Amino acid sequence: MSSQPKGMSRRDLLAMVGMAAGASAMYSAMAGMGYAGTSDYKGPVKLEGDPKGASVLVLGAGLAGMTAAYELRRAGYKVQILEYREKAGGRCWTLRSGDSYTELGGYTQKVGFAEGNYLNPGPWRIPSDHYAVLDYCKRFGVKLEPFMQVNYNAYVHNTEAFGGKPQRFKEIQADYRGQIAELLAKAVKQDKLDEAVTDEDAELLVASLKRYGVLNDDLEYVKSEKVSEHRGWEKQPGGGVGAEPVPSNIISLSDILKGKLWNNLITGESIDHQAAIFQPVGGMDMIAQAFEREVKDLITYNAKVIRYEGGENGVTATYVDAKAGGAEQTVSADYCICTIPFSVLGQIEHNFSAPMTAAIEDVYYESSIKVGLEFKRRFWEQDDHIYGGISYTNLPITLISYPSTNFFSDGPGVLLGTYSWGAAAYQFNAIAPEARIEKALEFGAQIHPQYRDEFSNGVAVAWHRVPWTLGCYGEWRDKEKHYPAATAMDQRTLMAGEHISFLPAWQEGAILSALNAIERLHKHIIG
Amino acid sequence: MKRHLAQAAVAAALSLAAPAFAQDFVTTSAAKTIPGTEGKDIYNAICSGCHMPDGTGATGAGHYPALAGNAMLEGPDYPIHMIIHGQKAMPPVGDVMTDDQIAAVVNYIRHDLGNAFEGETTAADVAAAR
Ligand SMILES: Cc1cc2nc3c(=O)[nH]c(=O)nc-3n(C[C@H](O)[C@H](O)[C@H](O)COP(=O)(O)OP(=O)(O)OC[C@H]3O[C@@H](n4cnc5c(N)ncnc54)[C@H](O)[C@@H]3O)c2cc1C
Ligand code: HEC
Repeated sequence: MSSQPKGMSRRDLLAMVGMAAGASAMYSAMAGMGYAGTSDYKGPVKLEGDPKGASVLVLGAGLAGMTAAYELRRAGYKVQILEYREKAGGRCWTLRSGDSYTELGGYTQKVGFAEGNYLNPGPWRIPSDHYAVLDYCKRFGVKLEPFMQVNYNAYVHNTEAFGGKPQRFKEIQADYRGQIAELLAKAVKQDKLDEAVTDEDAELLVASLKRYGVLNDDLEYVKSEKVSEHRGWEKQPGGGVGAEPVPSNIISLSDILKGKLWNNLITGESIDHQAAIFQPVGGMDMIAQAFEREVKDLITYNAKVIRYEGGENGVTATYVDAKAGGAEQTVSADYCICTIPFSVLGQIEHNFSAPMTAAIEDVYYESSIKVGLEFKRRFWEQDDHIYGGISYTNLPITLISYPSTNFFSDGPGVLLGTYSWGAAAYQFNAIAPEARIEKALEFGAQIHPQYRDEFSNGVAVAWHRVPWTLGCYGEWRDKEKHYPAATAMDQRTLMAGEHISFLPAWQEGAILSALNAIERLHKHIIG
Repeated sequence: MKRHLAQAAVAAALSLAAPAFAQDFVTTSAAKTIPGTEGKDIYNAICSGCHMPDGTGATGAGHYPALAGNAMLEGPDYPIHMIIHGQKAMPPVGDVMTDDQIAAVVNYIRHDLGNAFEGETTAADVAAAR
C-alpha cells in the first residue's frame, strides 16, 4: 500500500477499500479457506492406452478417491477402494432426519429434523467456476439449485453497534457506499486529488461516483426517494388512498465505521462466493451418492487402514473392521492412490520415504464448527422477509444462513446457526454437542428473538471431533517446502485429496488432485 | 491521500478483533484467544476438544493421545513445545492462547489430570519458547 499514487482510478480506490475490509472479513467469515482461485479443469480426463490389467488400490472413498476409482476403471484398470466409514463421500456429507453421528469422545447425535430438512456439516456451496465438480454433477445427473450467498434483506450485526440491534444489509450497503462516494466526489471537485487524478478523469470520476453512490446534483448522499430505492423506505409504497411512500433516514458513515458493519459487505464478492453459486437439491451428499452409485461395487466399507507398505513389486494395505476391530486383512495391488487425510495418514504405519513422511507430518487440519438448528416455522421468511442468504455477526456464531430452498413452505425449517473458525471453533469443539446447540441459540436469539419460542432440535458438527479427518481441511505449516515431495510418486503411491491442491478446502481441489494423480499414474504405467 | 486512507482503514481492520475477556465462553467470532485464567478452565476450553475432558484421548480412524498418566509430561518443555508448535495432527493451539494461559494449562496437565509431576511453569518460560 506504500506505492506512489500515480493516477487514482475508481478501481484502485475500490480495490483499496475492499482490501482493508477484506483483511478482517477474511478472519471472521472465511478464515483460511484456501485461495479464491479459479479451477484449471480442462474437461473429462482421457486416459488412452491399455493398462494391461494393472491394478490400483484407492484408499478413502471421499470425492478424490471415488473420482480416481471411477476414471481408472473406465480406463481399464482393476480398482479396489478401502473406506473407513459405512458410507462413501467423506466430507461431502449431509445429515438428515433419522441419521445418527458419533463423534470422537463418544457423543452420539440422532438427527431429529423433519422429513426433507438437512444440514450440510461440511461443503455447502459450489462456485460457478468449479468446473470439475459441476461437470461431474452434470454427467451423473445431480440436480443443482441456486445457493443464496448475498441477501440484501438479511442482517449485519455487531454487539457493540446500534445497541446490538441488527441492521439490514441493504441499508448499510447503500449508506456506506453512498457516503464514501460523496466524500470522494467532493474531494475531486475541490481539486484535492489533482495529483492523483487527471483533469479528464476527474470529471468522469465524479459522474461515475454520482451514479455509483446515488448522489444528488450537489454530490450529496441524502435522504430521498432515489436513495430509498436502494436502502429501503420508511413507509412502503402502496395502492389507493394514503399510499405514498415515505423515504427512510440515512445511517451516518461514522456510525457504520465505528460499528464495523462494513466488515462483511464484500464477503459475497470474491470469486468463490459470487453469484451464480449452487447447491445440490436435497443436500450436498447427492454428489457423494451419485459417485457412489458408479463405484459402489469397488468399495470395501468399514475398513480401517492401519498399515501401508509399497515396494518394487506392488503395494499392500492392511486393514481391520472399523467397528469390531479383530483380524487384520490385506489388499494388494500394483499401485496406490491414497486420499486418506494427512492428519490420519501420519498416524498409520507406513514405509514412505523421509521427504514424503515429512510432508505428511507437516499438515494439520483446521478447526471449524457448524450447528444446524431446526425451528417449528420459517419465522425468518414469515416475520423478517429473509429468503435465503446470510446474516453476519461478530458473535461467536459468525453467521446465520437461511435455507436457499423450499421458500414459503409451511412447517419446520433448518438454519445454519453457527459456522466459525479460530478460537471460537476450538471452544465449540471442546464442549458437548448439546452445549454447542445451546450456545448457538443463546447467541442467535440476539439477532432473531423468535429463536427460543420456535426452536425444535439441532445438530452440531465440530470438525476436530470427526473421527476420520481430525479437522476441517489440511493446513500446511510449510507448503512450499513439502508440496513437491507430497506430489511425487513414493513407494508406488500417489497422494490425492483436497490437501494436494491449490484449491484446498474445496471439493474442486479434491477432484482436480485426483484427476492429476491418475493422469500421472497412467503416463507412468503406459510409458 | 491514498496512503492516509489506507492506513486508517488497515488500523480499523486490525482493531476489529476484540479481546476475549476472562469469561467462560468467547464473546466474538474474531476472538484472538480462548477465555480463561485457571488451568482447568483453559484445558476444558480447548484441549479437552481433542484429548477429552478426563485426558484419556480418543480413537477413530485417527486418534488423539491420552494426556492422563502420560510419562511424556514429566518435564514442562515438551508440552510447552507441543502447544506452541503443535506436531503432525495437533495444530499450533498456542496461536489462540496467551503465555499465561499456556503456563497455567501446562501446570494443570502436569500436576492434575492423572499426573503428579513437580515444578511450576511460568509465562516467562513460555515466552522464552515462543
Ligand atoms: C466445514 C467445511 C466446509 C466446507 N465447505 C465447502 C464448500 O462450501 N464447497 C466445497 O466445494 N468444499 C467445501 N469444503 C471442502 C470439501 O469438503 C473437501 O475439500 C472435500 O470434500 C475433500 O475430499 P477428499 O476426498 O479430499 O477427502 P475426504 O472427503 O475427507 O475423504 C477421505 C476419506 O478417507 C477416509 N479415511 C480416513 N482414514 C481412513 C483410514 N484409516 N482407512 C480408510 N479410509 C480412511 C475417510 O473416511 C474419507 O471418506 C468444506 C469442508 C468443510 C469441513
Ligand atoms: C485439534 C486437536 C488437539 C487439540 C485442541 C490439542 N491437541 Fe494435543 N495432540 C493432538 C494430537 C493429534 C497429538 C498427537 C501428535 C503427534 O502425533 O505427534 C497431540 C499430542 C499432544 C501431546 C503429546 C502427547 C504425547 O504422548 O507425546 C501433548 C503434551 C499435548 N498434545 C497437549 C495438549 C494441550 C495441553 C492442549 C491444549 C492446550 C492440546 N494438546 C490441544 C491434538 C490436539
